[in-house]
Amino acid sequence: MAEAILQVNNLCKSFGGVRATQNVCLEVLDGETHALIGPNGAGKTTLISQLSGLLPPDAGQIIFKGRDITGAPAHQFSRAGLARSFQITSVFTDMTLLDNIALAVQAHDGHSFRFWNNARHDDRLRQPARTYLQQVGLADRADQLASAVSHGERRQLEIAMALATEPGLLLLDEPMAGMGQDESSLMIDTLRQLHGKKSILLVEHDMDAVFALADTITVLVYGQVIASGPPDDIKSNAEVRKAYLGEDAD
Amino acid sequence: MADTTMQQDPPPATTRRRLSWTGLFSLLIFLALAILPPVAFYSGHPFWLDIFTRLVILAIAAVGLNLILGYGGLVSFGHAAYIGLGAYAVGVPAYHATYGGFDLIASYNGFVHLGLALLVSAVFALITGAICLRTRGVNFIMITMAFGQMIFYAIVSLETYGGDDGLTIDVRSEFPLISLDNPLTLYTVCYTSLAIIVFLLYRLSNSRFGLTLQGARSNEERMRAIGVNTYHYQLIAFVISGVICGYAGFLLGNFTTFISPEMIDWTRSGEIMFMVILGGATFLCGPIIGAILFIVLEHLLSEITVYWHLPFGLLLIFSVLFLPGGIIGAVSRIGGKKGQRNG
Repeated sequence: MAEAILQVNNLCKSFGGVRATQNVCLEVLDGETHALIGPNGAGKTTLISQLSGLLPPDAGQIIFKGRDITGAPAHQFSRAGLARSFQITSVFTDMTLLDNIALAVQAHDGHSFRFWNNARHDDRLRQPARTYLQQVGLADRADQLASAVSHGERRQLEIAMALATEPGLLLLDEPMAGMGQDESSLMIDTLRQLHGKKSILLVEHDMDAVFALADTITVLVYGQVIASGPPDDIKSNAEVRKAYLGEDAD
Repeated sequence: MADTTMQQDPPPATTRRRLSWTGLFSLLIFLALAILPPVAFYSGHPFWLDIFTRLVILAIAAVGLNLILGYGGLVSFGHAAYIGLGAYAVGVPAYHATYGGFDLIASYNGFVHLGLALLVSAVFALITGAICLRTRGVNFIMITMAFGQMIFYAIVSLETYGGDDGLTIDVRSEFPLISLDNPLTLYTVCYTSLAIIVFLLYRLSNSRFGLTLQGARSNEERMRAIGVNTYHYQLIAFVISGVICGYAGFLLGNFTTFISPEMIDWTRSGEIMFMVILGGATFLCGPIIGAILFIVLEHLLSEITVYWHLPFGLLLIFSVLFLPGGIIGAVSRIGGKKGQRNG
């Protein structure tokens, strides 16, 4: 049995009276694709934001690769090997795709207090950046501005940026949100290629994608985990069907 | 399979064209600044040399501010303070060298003045920057302005150095081999400084540091999410920016030989900001064009009316509304369109 790469213990987060995360416990195994599903407002994005260090949790523990990183600033989560994509695409729109990736490569290639050499001609950054772009099928778009490419391509770019930080675990917040059929299937292909090579925690509404990709599914409702297990168990879980799929378990 | 995608592809034609277009424009400006002032001086118009000297000094300050404003995306409203600190780093040691007291720094030696100007502005930038950079947006504007005004009132209250009335510098900074008393020498020093600073900033803006800074401007949350502590990079940029303005102040003190708190007032900070925005922030030479335009407008408009700030303000509003990226931004767009038509 693979070891847990990420362990979340009793994580809590409230916004005023809203308890967005309530005693969430979660375990992502090394190499698995773990899907996090739940209805709107279940606290999925809040959870991802805590796992990427952008939101400090009120209570609980985040243990990544055996290290407690609860409460560390966001950049240290990334340094530890947790990379995220955002639900609302977040890239450097005024830079080219290649520059975007190269910056992510650079962020994990030591400090950037280097003031003289032209980073745009640095093969140590450009070569790996091109490889990552190729991996998500954007090699021919390398010199376009990120603001000029399609929504789907920008989402692919975000995956490539996350990969460029060589993470131990990818946190993907609805990578298929707002995508057309073709773009979605392209994204599913990309994620399938990563399957087994990278540990992935995936938040997604598209159930076809979730059941096609996930090894384990955790269901979050009103900030609480109500079920966790292999896809087949979740499919037949009465509580999940009732709370999430909106069906009566007869 | 040949690894065609792995090769260093040339940048697309439009980008290349745009770069050369603004580059050419900047080169012309530098050429004009090299030729016109000496010509004016030798043809018996020393007044014009004075204007050019002031222009180049303001351009240095604007280029310095642009590092944090244009490349860092952080609107600092207190950069006149650094000019003031630089200028008083000339005035105060010279004052004590003449009238005695404060032996530690009393000196006419230019290296003492220069070292003091750079050191004081670096320390001030480091301390205030460390605090200011914890805020963003309007708060950042207000707190940088507050620190600037703090220096303003501090100097107003220093009766020894003239307080409100200012301080006359009797002896300019003394350097071996060159004399800043010669206006053409002073201009040459200013011009060379501008060229060197622009070149250094050109290297910096394309370096790993420069790209990190611009990444934080573009999307700070994303920058943190890929593992960069943006605060440290912005702080260093803030210090470099302050030091460049401190250097401009050192030159300004030597140029005017009269310094007063008035040069630190927040309206002065605003003027440098105007230059950056009018000329084109995020373009290396944009602020220089802004400085030229500022000087030209100041002279043209103030001849027509004493209320020259009014038309000037209207012009600024016009440029913000209709010329995003300032003058040089417009130039680069014209160049870009040409490039597309040709290609």
